[in-house]
Amino acid sequence: MNTRLLEILADSFPKILIPGLTVTIPLTAISFSLAMVIAVAMALVQFARVPVLTQLCRFYIWVFRGTPLLVQLFTVFFGMPKMGIRIDPFPAAVIVFSLNEGAYCAETVRAALESVPAGQLEAGYCAGMTWMQTMRRIILPQAMRTAFPPLSNSLIAMVKDTSLAANITVVEMFRAAEQINARVYEPLALYIEVGLIYLMFSTVLTWLQRAGERKLGAYENQEV
Amino acid sequence: MLEIQNVTKSFGALEVLRGVDLTVEKGDVAAIIGPSGSGKTTLLRCMNFLERAGSGTMIFDGERVDLARVSGKEAARLRRKTAFVFQSYNLFRNKTALQNVTEGLTVARKIPREQAAETARRALRKVGMLDRADHYPHQLSGGQQQRVAIARAIAPDPEIIYFDEPTSALDPELTGEVLAVMRQLAEEGMTMLVVTHEMGFARNVSSKVVFMEDGRIVESGTARELFEHPRQQRTRAFLQTVPGVAE
Repeated sequence: MNTRLLEILADSFPKILIPGLTVTIPLTAISFSLAMVIAVAMALVQFARVPVLTQLCRFYIWVFRGTPLLVQLFTVFFGMPKMGIRIDPFPAAVIVFSLNEGAYCAETVRAALESVPAGQLEAGYCAGMTWMQTMRRIILPQAMRTAFPPLSNSLIAMVKDTSLAANITVVEMFRAAEQINARVYEPLALYIEVGLIYLMFSTVLTWLQRAGERKLGAYENQEV
Repeated sequence: MLEIQNVTKSFGALEVLRGVDLTVEKGDVAAIIGPSGSGKTTLLRCMNFLERAGSGTMIFDGERVDLARVSGKEAARLRRKTAFVFQSYNLFRNKTALQNVTEGLTVARKIPREQAAETARRALRKVGMLDRADHYPHQLSGGQQQRVAIARAIAPDPEIIYFDEPTSALDPELTGEVLAVMRQLAEEGMTMLVVTHEMGFARNVSSKVVFMEDGRIVESGTARELFEHPRQQRTRAFLQTVPGVAE
């Protein structure tokens, strides 16, 4: 390997990593948190079979799971201004990522809620608790434990999907790498480099997932 | 203290309860026996609003309740005066034995944490499970789980405890420990309504036995009357088929 290439890699590393820390991670963290709020709310609505709202949830999930993320990003960022709604790149990305991820995670959480035996809800009722109290104290904690591995999966996928935000001018890691590449033209080295940084992020999340699962494993799912 | 009148319930075209009347007095230990599918469990579940009855009235603690129309809020309020022990225990899987007992006290009844923990420990001691207070359900045997479930039932000092086949899911060698706890409660004067296949319990512990078949009460009376001098042919026929009855 020649020294020029090494220099480019060493020089670009912080220039890619910093947008990773200041844009990719906040974008992921904010979007995923919002997605979780959406997912739990949508899952509860469906679990409780609230009329009308359940149909609205199904419609929302149908649309956001059935269309490409990139198309959604473009629609909000490039399309909405046609209707006079102009949103900055970062908030536009947050909106799209949280709505998109919320649709997928709603299904994960709903499935997890339905996997909790009906007897748990009945036991809550018989202890004198209301539906809300039982959901919050008994059913949701059990469901979230079941949902934790697939949700971690979604989170890891999302870290990488945020690279799509480069297309709507958000200067996150991938766009930062592209900008450097435009100057020095070392696509192979730079794309591998940015790929490795994504890998680094994912690795950390995988560790966190494992630690989280250990912590949640204080009680185990029991066959009844 | 508790009276139900003309309770009916259908699942689709299947009539499970065809007009059941039943009275339980304070301190009664009433056993409901009968073949599988006779509607015993459904009756119990209707009485605690886990199933909505097709029709029927309940008079409980001086209050008249329409079993077919009771609201969720009303049901929650009435359930705070009762307790229910399930066949499959249904302990909260994400809570320790102690938390299983305190949950209904602190969350549903707003009892201060310290006081609830004290009450819960007393209840666990009574069922012989205090030394397992910090165990999660999956760390306990079936009999132990059911004893914790009984502690959860007695802790709020309910007016009545419903038992839905509390020993049916247990290995034979574990039923004894649960029945012993139930017998102890009966001796202390707890009002209990017990759906059971344990003829020994029905015969020796209960003050009243109700025989159900095809969604109706065929016959009821004291244990002695029902087991030794059944009036109805169908009761006699049933008693002949179950083990542990013939002397």
